[in-house]
Amino acid sequence: MAEEAAASGPLPVVSFLKIPDGGDPYLEGQRCGDCGAIFLGERSICSNCGVRENLKPQKLADTGVLYVYSIVHRSFPGIEVPFVSAVVDLDGGGTVKGNLINVEPTPEKVRMGMPVEVVYRIAPTKDRDGNEYLSYYFQPREK
Amino acid sequence: MSDVYIMGIDMIRFGRYPDRSVPELGAEAALLALDDAGLTIQDIEALYCGNLMQASGMIGQRILREIGQTGIPVTNSANACATGATAFREGWTAIKAGLCDLVLVVGVEQLGKVGLLGGGGGGKGISKEGLLGSGTMPCVFAEAGMEHARKHGTTFEQFAKVSVKNHAHSVKNSKSMYQKETPLEMVMNAEMIAYPNTKLMCSVNVDGAAAAVLASEKKARELGLGRAVRVAASILTSDPFTERDLVMPDVNTCTRQAASKAYEMAGLGPQDLDLVELHDCFATAEILHYENLGLCADGEAGKMIDEGESAHGGRIPVNVSGGLLSKGHPLGATGVANLYEVSTHLRGEAGSRQVEGAKVGLTHVIGLGSACGIHILEKVG
Ligand SMILES: [Zn+2]
Repeated sequence: MAEEAAASGPLPVVSFLKIPDGGDPYLEGQRCGDCGAIFLGERSICSNCGVRENLKPQKLADTGVLYVYSIVHRSFPGIEVPFVSAVVDLDGGGTVKGNLINVEPTPEKVRMGMPVEVVYRIAPTKDRDGNEYLSYYFQPREK
Repeated sequence: MSDVYIMGIDMIRFGRYPDRSVPELGAEAALLALDDAGLTIQDIEALYCGNLMQASGMIGQRILREIGQTGIPVTNSANACATGATAFREGWTAIKAGLCDLVLVVGVEQLGKVGLLGGGGGGKGISKEGLLGSGTMPCVFAEAGMEHARKHGTTFEQFAKVSVKNHAHSVKNSKSMYQKETPLEMVMNAEMIAYPNTKLMCSVNVDGAAAAVLASEKKARELGLGRAVRVAASILTSDPFTERDLVMPDVNTCTRQAASKAYEMAGLGPQDLDLVELHDCFATAEILHYENLGLCADGEAGKMIDEGESAHGGRIPVNVSGGLLSKGHPLGATGVANLYEVSTHLRGEAGSRQVEGAKVGLTHVIGLGSACGIHILEKVG
């Protein structure tokens, strides 16, 4: 089983990262047709307005702005630090959290409101069965 | 519906008690509160116990095994960092409902070996920590603080001043885990955990217990109102849906909603408060809650800490106990301990840290997930 999965390419790190056959990966939200709230991951009921069965998948943008961040210097054992934990508002809706890369992890270099883009890379760790995972990251975007 | 009064309340000194069990710590606080009320376990009609880490362990019943198995109903509550306040509110509800005249509330926690980062881990596939940002508590509250910085220009130094203040307050509290001043340079130069929270800007994980005896108005009059404290408001909220809540726990909205309901229930406003014990789990959080609780206008929290308005002797003293940052944060006990602090001032029994002439005080806790508990207490005599 593990070998089959590994052979067919990386697995998505989270359920809302989609890897189409022969296409580019993207992040997918679920938009409520009644109130417009956007969720990450499959669901059938909107927790904002309570409406059922009116959530539709929506491809999220690969560009956005850095809403807030923290520079993490201490994490759980085995996690490489420092890194920038970033909350990004994607253009057109949806807020996603991830690592901000390709920027020096200092408050002088990381600026709230800076334009960022979503990039996709193979995660540095594999799971117990040897499967590779595709993850998403943010990096600064030239305006 | 009957008013509810605190007739007895106390806490053990917060610290590390590796050789004692959770029920033992809870029992000690329970006896202190009963003694404070001049009552015994035989007088109590129900027990409400708050404990988080051993939520399935029937802690309330095991406390009764220590101090008296009278067969009364016991309810064990778990509600993250709002666990103690939730147990207290359950007791308040029983009296409000007219089911009981005297109840005991105990909040207890043993955290000794838990690191300062909090939960984490779990989930399918590979670990998301350090890959999709960080889910550690210092980071979650750092990001919440940075939202305030983004909106209002709050600085690292202003956040750090919260920790300086609360550590200074704790010097006069013999029940605090730490009783040491930490000057600004020391706080800012301490190990950075998650910018802008340094190690000295993170609450201390400790063991602790606190307990309260609550009475109906009828029973309170019978026992004597001399040192009684009236519970003017008891509110619990959960987090409503907000825009970024999926990836960034929103500690503001549920606090604001709880505060507005609490002021309405008490028929009071923030201008009537003489002291506040709020949930400073991280220094960044205290800044947010000045505004969430209406202690200052939106955007003024940085100025409030700069001008010493929330320090002892200031316009509205906040966390004169030393707060979670110095007194310590034993999750299930925290919410009862802050009720103890405010009650002690309203009774005029806070000794060298007494807020002079205190008549009304507010307590606030928030547990991620989320639960916000607010109580407003009023001096009776
Ligand atoms: Zn909806």
